[in-house]
Amino acid sequence: MNKMMMTEELWCLLNMKKTSYLSKTVEELKPSGIRRFFDLAAGMEGVISLGVGEPDFVTSWSVREAAILSLEQGYTSYTANAGLMELREEISAYMGQSFGVPYSPKNEIIVTVGASQALDIALRAIVDPGDEVIVIEPSFVSYAPLVVLAGGKAVTVNTKKENDFKVSKEELEQVITSRTKAIILCSPNNPTGTMLGREDLIGIAEVAKKYDLLILSDEIYAELSYDEQFVSLAAIEGMRERTILISGFSKGFAMTGWRLGFVCAPEELTQAMLKIHQYAMMCAPTMAQFAAVEALKNGRGDVEDMRKSYRRRRNYFVHSLNELGLECHVPGGAFYVFPSIKSTGLTSTQFAERLLLEEKVAVVPGDVFGESGEGHIRCSYASSMEQLQESIKRIKSFIERP
Amino acid sequence: MKLTEKELEIVEILEKDARTSTEDIAKMLNLSLEETEGLIKKLEESNVIVQYSAIVDWSKIAGHEGVTAMIDVKVTPKRGVGFDEIAERIYRFKEVKALYLMSGAYDLSVVVEGKSMNEVAHFVSDKLSTLDSVLSTTTHFILKKYKHDGTIFEQNDDDRRIVVSP
Repeated sequence: MNKMMMTEELWCLLNMKKTSYLSKTVEELKPSGIRRFFDLAAGMEGVISLGVGEPDFVTSWSVREAAILSLEQGYTSYTANAGLMELREEISAYMGQSFGVPYSPKNEIIVTVGASQALDIALRAIVDPGDEVIVIEPSFVSYAPLVVLAGGKAVTVNTKKENDFKVSKEELEQVITSRTKAIILCSPNNPTGTMLGREDLIGIAEVAKKYDLLILSDEIYAELSYDEQFVSLAAIEGMRERTILISGFSKGFAMTGWRLGFVCAPEELTQAMLKIHQYAMMCAPTMAQFAAVEALKNGRGDVEDMRKSYRRRRNYFVHSLNELGLECHVPGGAFYVFPSIKSTGLTSTQFAERLLLEEKVAVVPGDVFGESGEGHIRCSYASSMEQLQESIKRIKSFIERP
Repeated sequence: MKLTEKELEIVEILEKDARTSTEDIAKMLNLSLEETEGLIKKLEESNVIVQYSAIVDWSKIAGHEGVTAMIDVKVTPKRGVGFDEIAERIYRFKEVKALYLMSGAYDLSVVVEGKSMNEVAHFVSDKLSTLDSVLSTTTHFILKKYKHDGTIFEQNDDDRRIVVSP
């Protein structure tokens, strides 16, 4: 009897294994390499983390206070699908004033749950099964998986340190096929910190026009540019109609945990994305939207202060790393440096793992951002000066160790 | 005096943390060490940077807690020198930690520190209110310092971010 049950159970178990409930797409999706590092670092004490992809500032008090006020006043219901009209009007004015790319609050802006969701609905709105989307690597870890989840094929282009990780027209043209639908662009860039200037953008724009492609322009780090004025892709002549501009409050306004972003695009594209957004998300969180209104109305001074502070830390950190022999180009924006660690003879993963275990400094190995990131590590300088100084000391003793 | 952008940045950095080393400031501003030293010296000599000091929470030091009072003082200004003469007479007292000329209901705001309430009271009654130009004083004792010169005294500034994120 007992034996009978055992075999029955076993049979069920085997049977379950044969038919997975998971979709093929998801099964084949690799978990992010960052996750492994997180698990490794999370249990350790006394770690200085340069592995964080978010500001070290807490959201400005006036912004937090505005969210509290909205709760006190009882604004706890849904907003319009595309977001509070007041917020869309502020976004419209902000994009016009700060970047010279005005969008209509009525039908060209959607407030999203972080720039991540904006990216998701943008891809789902444009990708048919088998369509190709070009991802320029090293890149933010979500781009390629989101393309795949939308049913498309992510085609990668590798960039090189010699070119400051900028993609050339020729490199783009080499991977364009008849199925290419769009290019995902990120400037200032995570993980390299590279910012594309007007000339760079004009080059990419020419390719997009020549092959009739859309560009998803991830401009989440637009506020964090340190040497030159940031140029939005949509401000390049002829690009507004083929740009889906993705941005948000997370980085510039130090509001990562609020999960609030937005997407701007011509009406036809926006309305397509709105269909997905209204069914899949309904609307972005209401209290975060009230906070964002305050951020745009009265928080720009704080953004300026933060930008200054990042710029100083960037200069300090780039100088210090170069002194140590970990060469890096001067990143024009975001809060990352992407030094080469090839002089150590270690791979990115070896370097990052050993640095964590031996010196308790967490950095992210460059290869998690794509194979062209191999030989590099991503360090975020969104940490206090004391922590940056200490981490430089530790990295120094690590690389000087025989 | 008009400052260059680099000078302005030096002032901001040192105002926030006067102990930032010159080497670090040089790196932060893409300047050479010599240039940075020169600029700091210039700012010090021109009295733009007046003094370097630490913000101390005396309430934590047993036996040295002390008291601070803010005294609103009404005075009669004098022809020719206005408030400056009486201000000088007051700020020369070492008990006076700060002195401001104010708009509004009174003229001078005097910040006085002493070991005890008695000591401050004596200063007010013996020294301050007996000055010829002083018409009246209103003394407010500070009960607790939450924030001073932009610094919050009991700040929980733990890093709440997760260790590694994309």
